[in-house]
Amino acid sequence: MSFINYSSREINCKIVYYGPGLCGKTTNLQFIYKKTNPQARGKMISLATETDRTLFFDFLPLSLGDIRGFKTRFHLYTVPGQVFYDASRKLILKGVDGVVFVADSQVERMEANIESFHNLRHNLSEQGYDLDTLPLVIQYNKRDLPNVVSMEELQKALNTRNVPAFEAVAPEGVGVFETLKAIAKLVLIELRKGTAG
Amino acid sequence: MLPNLVLYEEEFNLVTDVIKRLVSSANAKVVFLVDKNGQLITSSGHTEGIDTTSLASLTAGNIAATGGLAKLIGEKEFSILFHEGEKDNIHISIIGHRVILVVIFDEKSSLGLVRLRVKKSGEELEKLFTEIDEKAGADTSGLGVDSPFAEITDDDIENLFS
Repeated sequence: MSFINYSSREINCKIVYYGPGLCGKTTNLQFIYKKTNPQARGKMISLATETDRTLFFDFLPLSLGDIRGFKTRFHLYTVPGQVFYDASRKLILKGVDGVVFVADSQVERMEANIESFHNLRHNLSEQGYDLDTLPLVIQYNKRDLPNVVSMEELQKALNTRNVPAFEAVAPEGVGVFETLKAIAKLVLIELRKGTAG
Repeated sequence: MLPNLVLYEEEFNLVTDVIKRLVSSANAKVVFLVDKNGQLITSSGHTEGIDTTSLASLTAGNIAATGGLAKLIGEKEFSILFHEGEKDNIHISIIGHRVILVVIFDEKSSLGLVRLRVKKSGEELEKLFTEIDEKAGADTSGLGVDSPFAEITDDDIENLFS
């Protein structure tokens, strides 16, 4: 659910990074934070445990510039990936405009990817959203590791909707901005259709 | 699922007026109005030095988490939260199940006064937001009739990233 303020001429959209535990959602946001001009971003907030696992969410506000005289602001959130934080994940999906699903490419995480994807579909539907129509981008992270599943297999397992998908190595920034750009685009196109939210 | 929140200048000014009056009547330092998804709607008072965007997002997270707790014990929501600090305190209340009113105050005010004034302003805000929702409901797209977004081109979007 975007928020359009005609008085300050701003449009605010919410993007949520979703995926299994340790797939690199927080790392995506950290890289974006590091590489963005300080004037274009706010503070990054991480509600994490002492061992740096996301407890509730990470939050990063970004300004992308003007579109037709309106400032476009994107609020990026991550969810906690660990299975038992499901109640928190549901809360963070409230009012979402677009989702980035970050998958862990390693063979042994394939099951976790699929479980998380089903969990996303389920949690979205509880809020009245449909994963088959919501703006969605998939990122296959950790492509630099030796034991990765082939892109073909990953696509077959997760990308049945044929949405934009990117290979990534989040700590080095490979694919990070491509993913962000793709989801921001989809959200804006949805807004143009007037069906956002 | 709530429709898009669209605020036009006229309504924005009415809402901001209520907030401004609350700052002085409650003797508060700052008052914020945040939507439940964590977006700042408007603020008034001594906002300098406060990261308003982060405050809005964390407040919404806070409300969402306590709302989750409420449901677990069979309550609909906890409509008022109060955080007491050494110097500054935060009073958070939900208005019309939709927006969150945040009042930050110090020893110049008191919890009793803040609660009293928030109640009155809350009623005014609830009325305003009902009208705003009705207006949005009448417009099925959820966007204004003269939405500037209906006409954005692929180039406009592409330019954002160049």
